Amino acid sequence: MFEVLSNEVLAENLHKMVVSAPRIAKARKAGQFVIVRLAQGEERIPLTIGDADAAAGTITLFIQAIGASTRRIVQTQPGGFIRDVAGPLGKETHITNWGRVACIGGGVGTAVLFPLVKALHEAGNQITTIIGGRSERYIILENELTPLSEEFLVTTEDGSRGFKGFVTGPLSELLADPEKAPKAVFAVGPVPMMKAVANLTREKGIETIVSLNPIMIDGTGMCGGCRVQIGNETKFACVDGPEFDAHLVDFDGLSDRLTSYRKEEATCLAAECKLGREEA
Amino acid sequence: MSNKLTPKERLAIERVHMPELPADERSRNFEEVNLGLSGDQAMDEAKRCLQCKHRPCVAGCPVGVSIPEFLDALASDDLPRSVQILRGDNALPAVCGRVCPQETQCEALCVRGMKGESVGIGYLERYVADWAMNHPDRLLVDQRAPKTGKSVAVVGCGPAGLTAAGELAQKGHAVTIFEALHDTGGVLRYGIPEFRLPKDIIDREVAHLIDLGVSIECNVIIGKTLTIDELREDFDAVFVANGAGLPTMLGIPGENLKGVYAANEFLTRVNLMEAGRKEDAATPIIKRSEVAVIGGGNTAMDCVRTARRLGAKRAMIVYRRSEAEMPARVEEIKHAKEEGVEFVMLTAPLEILASEDGWVRALKCQKMELGPADASGRRRPQPIEGSEFELSAGVVINAVGTNANPLLTATAPDLELNKWGNIVAKENGETSIPGVFAGGDIVRGGATVILAMGDGKKAAAAIDEYLKTK
Ligand SMILES: Cc1cc2nc3c(=O)[nH]c(=O)nc-3n(C[C@H](O)[C@H](O)[C@H](O)COP(=O)(O)OP(=O)(O)OC[C@H]3O[C@@H](n4cnc5c(N)ncnc54)[C@H](O)[C@@H]3O)c2cc1C
Ligand SMILES: Cc1cc2nc3c(=O)[nH]c(=O)nc-3n(C[C@H](O)[C@H](O)[C@H](O)COP(=O)(O)OP(=O)(O)OC[C@H]3O[C@@H](n4cnc5c(N)ncnc54)[C@H](O)[C@@H]3O)c2cc1C
Ligand code: SF4
Ligand code: SF4
Ligand code: FES
Repeated sequence: MFEVLSNEVLAENLHKMVVSAPRIAKARKAGQFVIVRLAQGEERIPLTIGDADAAAGTITLFIQAIGASTRRIVQTQPGGFIRDVAGPLGKETHITNWGRVACIGGGVGTAVLFPLVKALHEAGNQITTIIGGRSERYIILENELTPLSEEFLVTTEDGSRGFKGFVTGPLSELLADPEKAPKAVFAVGPVPMMKAVANLTREKGIETIVSLNPIMIDGTGMCGGCRVQIGNETKFACVDGPEFDAHLVDFDGLSDRLTSYRKEEATCLAAECKLGREEA
Repeated sequence: MSNKLTPKERLAIERVHMPELPADERSRNFEEVNLGLSGDQAMDEAKRCLQCKHRPCVAGCPVGVSIPEFLDALASDDLPRSVQILRGDNALPAVCGRVCPQETQCEALCVRGMKGESVGIGYLERYVADWAMNHPDRLLVDQRAPKTGKSVAVVGCGPAGLTAAGELAQKGHAVTIFEALHDTGGVLRYGIPEFRLPKDIIDREVAHLIDLGVSIECNVIIGKTLTIDELREDFDAVFVANGAGLPTMLGIPGENLKGVYAANEFLTRVNLMEAGRKEDAATPIIKRSEVAVIGGGNTAMDCVRTARRLGAKRAMIVYRRSEAEMPARVEEIKHAKEEGVEFVMLTAPLEILASEDGWVRALKCQKMELGPADASGRRRPQPIEGSEFELSAGVVINAVGTNANPLLTATAPDLELNKWGNIVAKENGETSIPGVFAGGDIVRGGATVILAMGDGKKAAAAIDEYLKTK
């Protein structure tokens, strides 16, 4: 059992939860994740370790409540417990001082991006952070990311904040500016966003790392469910990733596999909404 | 009652039939297929044993269960003693009685099998073990060894780890099992379905270990949460039994389509996560009316019978060789057939074909014929030119096998591995690192429950010796 120490709402449906997990806090490196199962009968889902405090024995999770499982997890109040938290899983991010880097987050990907930005900042990189969302309400972790970034840009699809459009807009400008062009790009977000970023940087030959989000169960390489196509090879994102060279990823295959359970997820969520209404 | 019968009287008794759930009923639920023998049936079956002085059956059992002795106690209606004998040799008899391939092990060497049918050793092992679980108050209590003050870490809570832990605890050592998943049992829980091995059996075997003082910590991944080196610092010895959980991919086009599962994923969803089995399970599973399972082992049989229970109208086994070469237990093949599973033999998959929206539509196959025997002694299948055909299927499950999972070994560079990534261990489990022992599937590649247990038992004895020198 893992105690929830705090649970803050950062934006609509985005929670920051601090959980007691001393061994994981001690072992964890940037880029790694945990598999969480709230209670008996619940799904196992992967969540990035957003931050950790080895001395306090805690890890921080940023959770976007988008489906049935994440909604139930964020309902856990301080003093409550998560039954299973296993990790740290996956490979750690390769962090060095590139000089200039760009970090791009979209939607919940921003939460996954946060520990990377922090580690890159600590390694002395100058970072341009670009965060995208559907509208202002979906722009998250601004307060956490601003102090770590030399430049912090926002894009919204409806123009309610920052640039109107997608993250690729400001990124193209950045790549075109010889003064500011990054040596490496980190992108985490919806698959179409990562694909668009990869296409932009491929032309320029800029090293680009993406963090993939296939469906996972065990997170230890046992089930094969998280397989992704990287170049000509089949890789298991939970052990070989979750970060990969963006220029080798088969994004279309990944986004197609992510729809495998769309019907079941919709049913699950509908049941959940009904429950919510009955309680209200 | 005594077990004093003449050989002639013994020979006159016919082998018992295991009562089963009717095939049409069980192929729609996850209830255990074999119902277990009644007391009278068990006693009669035990009397069929000729009590051979040279005990050939014992040599067929990888852990050397004292078969004639436990059968004699059973036939003499002394169940407490029968349990004591059986448990003395085998830490998980309720499991082995159900899943051992008896027909190639103990029962294969039973003299009664020469001219007729062997004694139903597996059925009787199951009977005695189940009786023990239901009569805890009648069991003979073994003297516990005094505490030694030594500690052992066991990595993995499958049959190898559970057996070693039980043996070591009985010798007075403090044992902690570290398990990566959120629950115990390894393949026994996430792989082998409930209709063959009810989860309750694993729970009770695990509870028995906890009674012995073993502590079990789930959600700890050795190599990630803690390293082998950390375990070596905190414990006097380590036993590594992390299994062979890494699916082998087919390497054919279409493997990443929606609706293609590796066996481990399919079985884990249903067995560990209860998908399709419990009304309110949060984990989903894809159900289709036509399911093709590639492979011929126990894993393939478990997948196809599970698919049938999830509602498949056509649940098919697609296997390169013929039925005679299938490595699955004979009983599983028989049960699968009774349940309406179709056997598409001498057929190899070439490609998985997609519908327009990226779902599996069919398996493109090729017919095979058997050529000369290969190194494994089995006849090698060879493709027949121009015999390609399509097998309509909405779900395809790859059950061709597993490899060694590198998660743990990758963080222990001093641990010697063979070219397949399996840990190199001596007969007694010793590895290239002093104080670190290994056994089960991580050493053997995919093997059997009882071989994994045998490794756990041998390693426990070697660890006990090792600890005396420390
Ligand atoms: C390595 C990794 C790190 C992640 N880190 C974070 C994080 O820090 N914060 C966060 O909010 N989310 C993170 N995610 C995504 C998160 O795991 C999914 O949002 C969550 O599993 C959805 O579950 P649900 O039941 O709430 O939604 P569902 O209704 O089940 O699904 C909503 C969406 O999530 C996808 N999804 C469903 N189940 C899984 C699963 N088991 N694994 C991955 N995706 C799934 C679906 O395809 C769908 O697109 C991460 C995913 C991965 C693979
Ligand atoms: C579907 C299926 C059906 C089978 N049917 C039969 C049968 O009928 N009869 C038979 O005799 N055999 C059968 N087998 C084979 C048998 O189950 C295995 O040989 C046996 O379980 C191996 O035991 P083990 O203890 O070595 O490993 P496992 O049972 O694989 O257990 C290993 C455990 O270690 C855990 N682990 C892995 N990595 C780590 C880590 N880094 N840190 C901590 N823990 C870790 C795993 O989660 C797992 O719980 C079957 C196998 C499968 C897959
Ligand atoms: S453990 Fe397995 S092989 Fe040994 S006697 Fe029992 S059923 Fe037979
Ligand atoms: S070989 Fe068969 S008959 Fe002989 S002791 Fe063993 S079980 Fe009994
Ligand atoms: S999640 Fe099972 S292999 Fe990666």
